[in-house]
Amino acid sequence: MVALTTPITDILPRMKIDTQLTERILTDFIADQIHKAGLKRAVIGLSGGIDSALSAYLSAKALGAENVLVVRMPYKTSAENSLTDAQAVIDALGLPTLTVEITGMADALIERFPDMSNLRKGNIMARTRMITLYDQSVAWGGLVIGTSNKTEFLLGYSTIYGDSGVALQPIADLYKCQVRELSAHLGVPESILKKAPSADLWEGQTDEAELGYTYDMVDQLLYLLVDGRYTLEEAVEEGFERDFVDKVWRRVKANHYKRTMPNVAKVSTRTIGSDFLYLRDWTGR
Amino acid sequence: MRMTAALAQMYPKLGDIPANLSKHLETIDSAVDLGANLVMFPELSLTGYYVMDMVPELAIRASKDDPTYAKLLDASRYADLMFGFIREDQRNRFTIAAAYLSGGETVHIHDKVYLPTYGMFDDARYFVAGNHIRAFDTQFGRIGMLICEDFWHMSAGYLLWMDGADILLLHSASPSRGVAASENGRLTSSRWVELMNQAYASTYTAYVLHCNRVGYEDGKNFWGGSSIASPEGEFITHGLYFDEALIIQTVDLNQLHRTRSKVPLLRDERPELVQRELARILQKEAQ
Repeated sequence: MVALTTPITDILPRMKIDTQLTERILTDFIADQIHKAGLKRAVIGLSGGIDSALSAYLSAKALGAENVLVVRMPYKTSAENSLTDAQAVIDALGLPTLTVEITGMADALIERFPDMSNLRKGNIMARTRMITLYDQSVAWGGLVIGTSNKTEFLLGYSTIYGDSGVALQPIADLYKCQVRELSAHLGVPESILKKAPSADLWEGQTDEAELGYTYDMVDQLLYLLVDGRYTLEEAVEEGFERDFVDKVWRRVKANHYKRTMPNVAKVSTRTIGSDFLYLRDWTGR
Repeated sequence: MRMTAALAQMYPKLGDIPANLSKHLETIDSAVDLGANLVMFPELSLTGYYVMDMVPELAIRASKDDPTYAKLLDASRYADLMFGFIREDQRNRFTIAAAYLSGGETVHIHDKVYLPTYGMFDDARYFVAGNHIRAFDTQFGRIGMLICEDFWHMSAGYLLWMDGADILLLHSASPSRGVAASENGRLTSSRWVELMNQAYASTYTAYVLHCNRVGYEDGKNFWGGSSIASPEGEFITHGLYFDEALIIQTVDLNQLHRTRSKVPLLRDERPELVQRELARILQKEAQ
């Protein structure tokens, strides 16, 4: 049992977003990125959770539901309600859909190592899903839409080249509490809004139990440290426990490698990443 | 006297001068058909904003010898123009420039003085800063131009005002940031810029025309919302946020006379006092 405490200072009201403006910027972003690639379609892995549901709602608005292929990729231990919650999104939006069971693919590797940890298994599942989505990216002719939010992106609560392996990130500048707000505004089904966030990599897993704190709590701290440019000391003065602040910030720094491209050893006079500088949109159509 | 301005709130295609030039020329045609005699484009309208290592290949000379610039000079026979480009000077330095063209001639060029190099901006890595803030005469009266970060510095507008500008032409590539619900339907960045536009218009009792781009570059959105503020400090036109638009508005320049009759801020301004006190302050700082 993990003790979930709430901070003294209530920062959540300051984090409230203008949902209409945000919806507009994010849907236009999705359309812009897809069109710059010369395409009109997208692929999303739909887990039954709130992040991928929100990405699906935004993508359907941006591109038209008929252009958004959602792929359900259950593993044998996946929770039953993951499939039914994903189905609720599919039904509500009328999205083209595909279910690709990943158990066979993942187990082909997992079974070679009988003492494999849950972490390794979870990473294999996430990467198997990435392979499936990128295969559908070619078959369907669409870009893979990311479903990471700012909280997990900062904490590095993701699998590198797994769920982080995507073509664009529409909701990665929204904290989890803001994801909830925008999801409610867009009409994401109640069962998804209300359930405990889970990576669903093993039975009974929940994000908050695994992280050791609630999203509301860490959202508020990250908002101060990242958006507000508070020092760690100032965050403690705002009422957060010193150990919690240190633990979270250590985690943000330790996982920075997941948010950046691998370093390139510089030997030439012009090196990709340091002095060969162009936007990703360099060749956008 | 009246002036009909067209604010071309466009989405420039990053790094594609031929495509952007065509769009400029088509837009000028449409604006002239709609009665415009001044057409404004946003900052770096010929190239897009985050040009980075493309700067040297996208830079042009502000001369009849440059084929792109020559086409815009030609177009200025039909309406006065303000547009944005990367200027290469005689010694191969690059500036973020705004040109004012009229009757086939260059009337004035302003090089961006304040290059934002913080947060999401990196202008000074690629560009040299301009060194002049000067007004110039046009068929509509005396005008001053500023580019984006320039007008976040009150002194830039003040200098143009003291140099005789009654019409300020501001253009920008202002990125969207800040979506707090407490902003009441506006972005933090648009609220800030709009307040400055209205502050300039009312404290200088001048017309302030602002043309901002739209579209995306690497996930960064530009919010548009181009506007004209009257000497009364009110917006007489305000374009939509986010969408491309050609905003046509006729401006009654006699409003300058009426507003300044009742609020003689220009008459009572004391530039010699400003100069004396600034000299004292700067001298103190130098010690």
